[in-house]
Amino acid sequence: MDLLEYQGKQLFARHGIPVPSGKPAATVEEAVAAAEEIGYPCVVKAQVLIGGRGKAGGVKLAKDRAEAEQYAADILGMDIKGFTVHEVWIEAASDIAEEYYASIVFDRAAKAPLVMLSTQGGMDIEEVAEKTPQALARLHVDPLLGFQDFHGRKLAFAAGIPADLIRPVGAMLAKLYATFTAEEAMLIEVNPLIVTPERDVRALDAKVTLDGNALYRHPDNAALRDPSNEDEQEQMAHERGLTYVKLDGDIGILGNGAGLVMSTLDVVAQAGGAPANFLDAGGGSKADAIVSAVEVILSDAKVRAVLFNIFGGITRCDEVAKGLIEAFDVVKPTVPFVVRLDGTNDVEGRRLLAEANLPNVTTAATMNEAAAKVVELAAGSGVAA
Amino acid sequence: MSVLVDNDTRLVVTGITGREGTFHATNNQRYGTQVVAGVTPGKGGQDVEGIPVFDTIGESVEKAGANTAMIFVPPRFAADSILEAADAGIGLIIAITEGIPAHDELRVYTQLKRTPDVRLVGPNCPGILSPGKASVGIIPASFFKQGNVGVVSRSGTLTYQIGNELAQRGFGNSSIVGIGGDPVPGSSFIDVIELFEADPETELIVMSGEIGGSAEEEAAEYIAAHVTKPVVAYIAGFTAPPGKTMGHAGAIVSGTAGTAKAKAEALEAKGVRVGRTPTETAEIAMQLLSA
Repeated sequence: MDLLEYQGKQLFARHGIPVPSGKPAATVEEAVAAAEEIGYPCVVKAQVLIGGRGKAGGVKLAKDRAEAEQYAADILGMDIKGFTVHEVWIEAASDIAEEYYASIVFDRAAKAPLVMLSTQGGMDIEEVAEKTPQALARLHVDPLLGFQDFHGRKLAFAAGIPADLIRPVGAMLAKLYATFTAEEAMLIEVNPLIVTPERDVRALDAKVTLDGNALYRHPDNAALRDPSNEDEQEQMAHERGLTYVKLDGDIGILGNGAGLVMSTLDVVAQAGGAPANFLDAGGGSKADAIVSAVEVILSDAKVRAVLFNIFGGITRCDEVAKGLIEAFDVVKPTVPFVVRLDGTNDVEGRRLLAEANLPNVTTAATMNEAAAKVVELAAGSGVAA
Repeated sequence: MSVLVDNDTRLVVTGITGREGTFHATNNQRYGTQVVAGVTPGKGGQDVEGIPVFDTIGESVEKAGANTAMIFVPPRFAADSILEAADAGIGLIIAITEGIPAHDELRVYTQLKRTPDVRLVGPNCPGILSPGKASVGIIPASFFKQGNVGVVSRSGTLTYQIGNELAQRGFGNSSIVGIGGDPVPGSSFIDVIELFEADPETELIVMSGEIGGSAEEEAAEYIAAHVTKPVVAYIAGFTAPPGKTMGHAGAIVSGTAGTAKAKAEALEAKGVRVGRTPTETAEIAMQLLSA
């Protein structure tokens, strides 16, 4: 789960990491009130889960009330790379002497947290890593040992941090690491990590990704999920406990098991179709879960045909068939369905479907045949329906 | 021969008294697996359809001679259960549980690497099947028969799909190993491919990967340097958009890293043939075995 900048900063503040003072605002009135409280100059920052806000005009420095009002009005509702701005963060402007970069990544390949530090902050770190790799100090931390003071010094010296800042920067890294483990993050990135003219070290930005599987241990973080950043179908699926990802096409997809569903999307694309979604009905789905899934898939108005691709393991094909029959009764779909059932209780599932004789449902013997059929039906359904 | 589970497997199931635990433990037993014990703290002395239940994994080793553990407890207890199994001297731990926090997996992985002679398969995996010998986990065993194709996969149902395509063409499996879809799998493709390379019954290896991480790329390097048997690969997720988790916690393209295209190219560059669909993957395997 990705956090907005201000949510990340509030998380940092709870762990004793210095951040500029600020307030979130969802309306122009709230933004002006926040700016009046914080004082001028202040920064009005768009809160969206995408980089490049500054270039898109989503970050402005306001020197008085009129400017704060103007910028908040401009930025709220703005579209940045497809993300609508629902909130702004009003923050006290910072005096910047130096801009550094710090991050901690859950490194899957090395199976250890990777801490990185550079004096070349404020810019694209991938470019720094590529052009001047020696400018990016890197260190893997043993997860059972944890971050030690010497790790901080080692990184700071390697990155070329000035002598008077070795200890403060090391202490900052230790606090970021403590946040990373305590909050169970997959990524913490601070770019820029600034040094003020008074030589104070502060996090001027915060990019935080949390582990969704660990949210049960962090109810405060779980509550930060922002439905306004999800699309309608994804929100609906989330509420129903389904694993759904919205895509751009017009063929609705339902399968069981993440790998098989990903493979189904690929096979449909190879057959010339465009999948509308990823939907994993999961292991052991019962009939009501299938009804729920059909409702989510069909709530996307773009869907012109639906493919069910099931290889039953824990999932029983007769349950899937029952669910589909019930879904036809409840939802009354008008688009064609192609169904492929194999695996546990497949014979019974196919028999139930044949008996029900649902309108607009075709069965297919193989995954490839099912994909070809659904692509053909989606292309023709505008005429046929 | 086969790998990891066979007639000598003596299985203890943690979480056996739960509904799913009971269902799958007894299924494994019906298949012929020696399920010698179950563990649920506080329920020691009971039994589940004749399988004795103990309070600790240590007792199941001592009193029932367990040498393999299947972890079937909910995510919040799973890391602890895996560590308990390792502490009890279990050599092979198969974790079916889905949804274990990544930081728990990291601690467990690091600890087990320091514990000699312990192997973890999973978590978030369908288990291991050696047809005709033993089944540990949730793989629908009746769809597979004994044979000479070793399968290693990050996905359960995709494994069934490919295995079934092979079975329809008359081929069976030495073993099917699900390594799971999480960011920190206990065993990698390389760990399992190494076992298949050494297994006399296995003549061909099928590896089924997906987006996210770099395990397939690492396997490609390993195969080129160490594997003499033919390897056929399949990669799922060519159409997955970046930044979205596709069901499996580990299946996410971050920026340009972890794409299906990059993985397929890395494998092909090392001479591994990659099927574009599960069907084509099975067809390539068939051609290689018939040649």
